[in-house]
Amino acid sequence: MKLQTMLGLLQAKPVNVDDPYIVFREYFYVSCTDLMSDALAMICTNPAQTVLLTGLANGQALRTAEMMDINVIILCRNKVLGEENIDLAQSMEMNVYTTALPMFDAVGILYQEGLKTATRDDHQNV
Amino acid sequence: MTIKTYDLIAKDFTNAGSISSDIKKIAKSYDLPQDMIRRIAIACYEAEINMIIHSVGGNIHLTIDDDWVSIDFRDKGPGIDDLELAMTPGWTTASTDAQSMGFGAGMGLPNIKKNVDTFELLSSPKGTLLRIGFKRKGEHV
Repeated sequence: MKLQTMLGLLQAKPVNVDDPYIVFREYFYVSCTDLMSDALAMICTNPAQTVLLTGLANGQALRTAEMMDINVIILCRNKVLGEENIDLAQSMEMNVYTTALPMFDAVGILYQEGLKTATRDDHQNV
Repeated sequence: MTIKTYDLIAKDFTNAGSISSDIKKIAKSYDLPQDMIRRIAIACYEAEINMIIHSVGGNIHLTIDDDWVSIDFRDKGPGIDDLELAMTPGWTTASTDAQSMGFGAGMGLPNIKKNVDTFELLSSPKGTLLRIGFKRKGEHV
């Protein structure tokens, strides 16, 4: 699914956009958690096609995405980054968006549209 | 060959991850596979966060030679009471402060072990040493 479509479904707005053309790229996987250790444990084999969906709007969400080579984060529940973390996101070339939806609703919409859980085992869900 | 040592300040959540970010940049400057760079970054980040949450401070020492990427995480205490419990997924003693930062899920050490080729963990009340290694040639074991 094109990121543009995903952002439209979630009615998400930009918080920090490093690459304006990123909305035309395809994403197939979602790493969804507020616990960054859980995100790190689910290291994915296709980070370039994976979005991190979280309610954690701080530097550690940015760092976690950086370590996993993920460059798109969608924040739930209208969360935004503070000024200091906007600077950090820019230095990491991170693309961050926010949706007013709670995580359960956001995940439900993306699941219904065919996106898969980001897992280590090449995304074979059980 | 690269040798670099970083000082780590306890409870410094603002800069948490900055050392791992630097190590990742150094790893990228070598001709390492992308998957190995990601494993190094993830293991370092988990270990750095562990030191920030649980220790009174210490240092992180990076060595890259022709065969191995080795990283030592050495703190000055207070040590891990039960190493076996600490390796159990989901077991945590993290503070609510750490949990509010998104950590303390009890996945740190198991996740580090999953990503490395060699893993040594020694601990006493005087300090803990975590030594991890990544083999530059051959498969991830």
